[in-house]
Amino acid sequence: MSSEPGTQAPQPADTGDVSAGAATGGGELREAGLWKDAWRQLRRNPLFLASSFTIAVFGLMAAFPRLFLWFYPGNSSPRSCSLSNSVGRPSATAWFGFDLQGCDYYTQVVYGAKVSMIVGIATVIVAGSIAVVFGSLAGYYGGNIDTLISRITDIWFGIPLILGAIVFLNAIGERGLFQVTLVLVAFSWMTMLRLMRSATIEKRDADFVDAARALGASTSRIIIKHILPNAIAPVIVYGTIFVGIVISVEATLSFLGVGLQLPAITWGLMINSSFRRILQVPHLLIFPGVFLSIVVLAFIVMGDALRDALDPRLR
Amino acid sequence: MGKYAARRMLQLIPVFFGATLLIFAMVYLIPGDPVRALFGERQVSQETLDAIRDRYNLNDPFLVQYGKYMGVIPDGEEGLSGVFQGDFGEDFRGRAVWDIMKQRFPVTIRLTVVAIIVQSVIGITAGVLAGIRRNSFMDNLVLVSTTAIVAIPLFVMEFGAQLGFGLELGWFPIAGLRQGWFSYVLPSIMLAIISLAYVARLTRTSIVENIRADYVRTAKAKGMSSQRVVGRHVLRNSLIPVVTFIGVDFGALLGGAIVTETIFNLPGVGRAVFEAVNQREGAVVVGIITVLVIIFLLANLLVDLFYGVLDPRIRYE
Repeated sequence: MSSEPGTQAPQPADTGDVSAGAATGGGELREAGLWKDAWRQLRRNPLFLASSFTIAVFGLMAAFPRLFLWFYPGNSSPRSCSLSNSVGRPSATAWFGFDLQGCDYYTQVVYGAKVSMIVGIATVIVAGSIAVVFGSLAGYYGGNIDTLISRITDIWFGIPLILGAIVFLNAIGERGLFQVTLVLVAFSWMTMLRLMRSATIEKRDADFVDAARALGASTSRIIIKHILPNAIAPVIVYGTIFVGIVISVEATLSFLGVGLQLPAITWGLMINSSFRRILQVPHLLIFPGVFLSIVVLAFIVMGDALRDALDPRLR
Repeated sequence: MGKYAARRMLQLIPVFFGATLLIFAMVYLIPGDPVRALFGERQVSQETLDAIRDRYNLNDPFLVQYGKYMGVIPDGEEGLSGVFQGDFGEDFRGRAVWDIMKQRFPVTIRLTVVAIIVQSVIGITAGVLAGIRRNSFMDNLVLVSTTAIVAIPLFVMEFGAQLGFGLELGWFPIAGLRQGWFSYVLPSIMLAIISLAYVARLTRTSIVENIRADYVRTAKAKGMSSQRVVGRHVLRNSLIPVVTFIGVDFGALLGGAIVTETIFNLPGVGRAVFEAVNQREGAVVVGIITVLVIIFLLANLLVDLFYGVLDPRIRYE
C-alpha cells in the first residue's frame, strides 16, 4: 500500500491536495455504504451467525485441539494407541470408539480439524490474492495484458481441479500441508480471477472512477482505493463458499491416497483407512464424515449469507 | 454466426496447446526414472534401459518430446506420428494408449450421459417447483436439501448410497458392470448429485428473477394460462444460465468420475487415469487427459454457440 493520500497528492498546487482529499472522501463514503449496509444486514441474519459460530468453533479446534480434550474422559493423546482397543465401539469413555490401530477416535477427529481448516483457508487466501491482483489488472487495462492473462486462465481452466491435483500431487514424493496447499492453489485461482476481471470491467467506467481520474488520482490509487472495494464482493462470496469446496477436495485427495500421507491426521485419511471395513464398523466413516460435512456446510451457508448481503439487487 | 464460430475455434488452438503442454510437463518432469522403476529389483543392463528410453523418446529435450508426441516433429523413421495423426503412443507394456481409451471411454461416456440427464431433469424440475412459489414448503425443501448435498463430500455420499441402496435395500448393484445399463443408474445419480444441486439452485434463482419481468406480466395480462407463461416464457429465459452451467460443469463431472469409478468399481477412464498415475504410465495419463481437455473445450464452445439459439437477443458480431 504505497498510495497513502499524503504521498500521492501532487505537491505544488493546493488544489491538488484538496482534490485528492475529495477523492478519498468520495471513495470512502461509497465503500462504507456497501460494506456497512452488508454488515448491518449480516448481524441480524441467524444463518450467518450460526455459520460464523461453527467456523469459529472449528477454528479453535484447529488451533487448540487440547481445548476440546481437557474435559474428555478417554485417551486424549492422538499418538498413544493400543491395538487391543482396535475398532472398539463408541462408549462413555471413548465417545467415538476406536479406529483400526486402537487410537481413540474422538481425539483423532478433533486433531483432524487442523489440516482441513489450514488447507481450506490458506488455499483460498493465496489463490484469491493471485486472482484479485491479476484479475483487476486484466480488467482495468484491457488490451494485450487482458488477452495474455485471460488466455493463460483459459488454459488452466481446461484442467479440472481433481484431475490436475491427482497428477501433480503424484509427482511430489513427500506430501505435507505445504505441498497439498500449493497444488490446490495452482488449480483453483481461475474462477476467482474471472469474477474479479468482470467486476473490474463493470466498475472501470463508473462515474465515481471517472471522477477520481478527473481529480488526478494515480492508477494504482484508482484500482486499490476505488475499484477494489466495489468489485471484490463476488470474489469474497465465491471464496467463502470455495473454502468449503477445497476442504472437501482435500479430503477426497487424502481418501484417494494422493493427499497428505500418514502419520498426518486428516479426516480424508481416516475415512480412507476405514472404508473397506465400513460394514463392520460404520462409526469410523460416520464421525469424520459428519465433521467434514458440518465444516463445509458452515462455509457454504456463510457464503450464501454474504451474497445476499453484498448484492444490492437483492435488497 | 459462422464467423463467430470460426473465431472461437481459432481461439481454442492456443488453449489446447497450452493445456496439453501443461499436462505433459506435469507428467514428464516428474523426478525419478519410470523406466528404471519398471524393472523393480531386477538387474538390467544399461543398454536395455537406454534402448527403452530411446524408444519412448525420454532422452530428448522436453519440448522435442512434446512435439513428437503431438506429431508436429518427426520421430525417427516413423515420421510424423502423434496425436494429430491419431497415434497416442503406447504404454510401457506395449499396449497402444488408443486401445486402452477405446476400452475405457464408453464406460465413462455412459456414466456422464446418464449423469447429465439426471441432473438436468431432476435439477430443473426441482428448481422450477421451488422458484415459481418462492418461500413455499417446496422452495425451502429444495434450498435445504441442495445445501446439504453440496456440503457432504461426494465420496462420503457415495459410500452411504452404496451401503444403503446397494447393500441394505438391495435396489441397485453394489459395484461393477454385470447388469448392463442398470449398473450405471446409482453411480450416475451419485456423480450427478452435486451438479444437480447447483442446477436446481441456479434454475430457482433465475426463475425468481424472471417471474417478475415485464414480459411475464404482459403475457398474463393478455390471458395466457400460467402454465403456458411458465413453460413458454419464464422457463426459456431462465434456462440460459443453466445450460451454460451444465456445459462448463462437464469438467467437474469428469473429475468426479475418478472418485465415482473408484468407489463403484467401474472400468472407466477416471479409474484408468488414476491407476496410470500410480503406475507412472505417463503416456496413458497424457493421452486420456488430452482427450478429456478436447471434450471439455468443445463442450464449452458448443454452449457458447447454443447461447444464441436460446436467447435471440445475443448477437454474434
